[in-house]
Amino acid sequence: MPTLNQIIFWFFAFTAVASGIVMITRQKPMQSAIAFLVTLLSLAGLYLLLDAQFVAILQIIIYAGAILVLILFVIMLLHSHSGEGSTSKVPLQRPVAILLSLILFGGSIYLFASTDFGVASTPPSDMGTAQNVGHTLFDKFILPFEVASILLLTGLIGAVVLAKREREDSSNDAH
Amino acid sequence: MPIENYLILSGILFSIGALGVLMRRNALIIFMSIELMLNAVNLSFIGFARQLGDPTGQVIVFFVLVVAAAEVVVGLAIIVNIFRAKDTVDIDDIDVLRG
Repeated sequence: MPTLNQIIFWFFAFTAVASGIVMITRQKPMQSAIAFLVTLLSLAGLYLLLDAQFVAILQIIIYAGAILVLILFVIMLLHSHSGEGSTSKVPLQRPVAILLSLILFGGSIYLFASTDFGVASTPPSDMGTAQNVGHTLFDKFILPFEVASILLLTGLIGAVVLAKREREDSSNDAH
Repeated sequence: MPIENYLILSGILFSIGALGVLMRRNALIIFMSIELMLNAVNLSFIGFARQLGDPTGQVIVFFVLVVAAAEVVVGLAIIVNIFRAKDTVDIDDIDVLRG
């Protein structure tokens, strides 16, 4: 008799893998983005199973909320025939890609199956709350935290500079 | 659930992301595949945090989220620029640096 945890795990694991496969096989980027949203939400469910409540909420807010909306905006900005051309210029791209990722898959499965990870600890159920994660963040990672804020500022400025349209009549706009 | 299940799921998702990067030619779908690979690694970080009873792994995931956000913003701006210049997002058509 499977426990409730196992049922939830297999449900989210199956959903994540299925929507991941859907994501990389759709022709239209919009359908891929919706499938990616399903993957992100099922991963947030798995984070909840792993006692990471704060990160699960961050996943929903940042990934499903912000990053995916940005990707959707850009997809809608590009016109409808902005997809792939009919033929690949690289010979044998698809079979070689499948072979390489199967090798990667087999290698990682072999590594995980042959390693002894020891007995799982039984952490307190509030390990992943915002309070505990925040304490760890500000006790041990205060310098990386500040560097992350500089990185975000750099990304902000970089995006504005890159996305800004250059004025073609720059000599005439003095008035 | 033993941690092996989560790690194997993480390996499957990472391989799917790698397959998307290698197989697809639409820059936006390649972009989402890269995000999927980041998410697969995040899942194994969270799994190890649970296994070791240490929230440090969850803090690492927080930083990965920050880097992913910055990466998405700059990357999408670059894709929009390429689209404006060449009217395509098929990476096979973007080969001006090919020797």
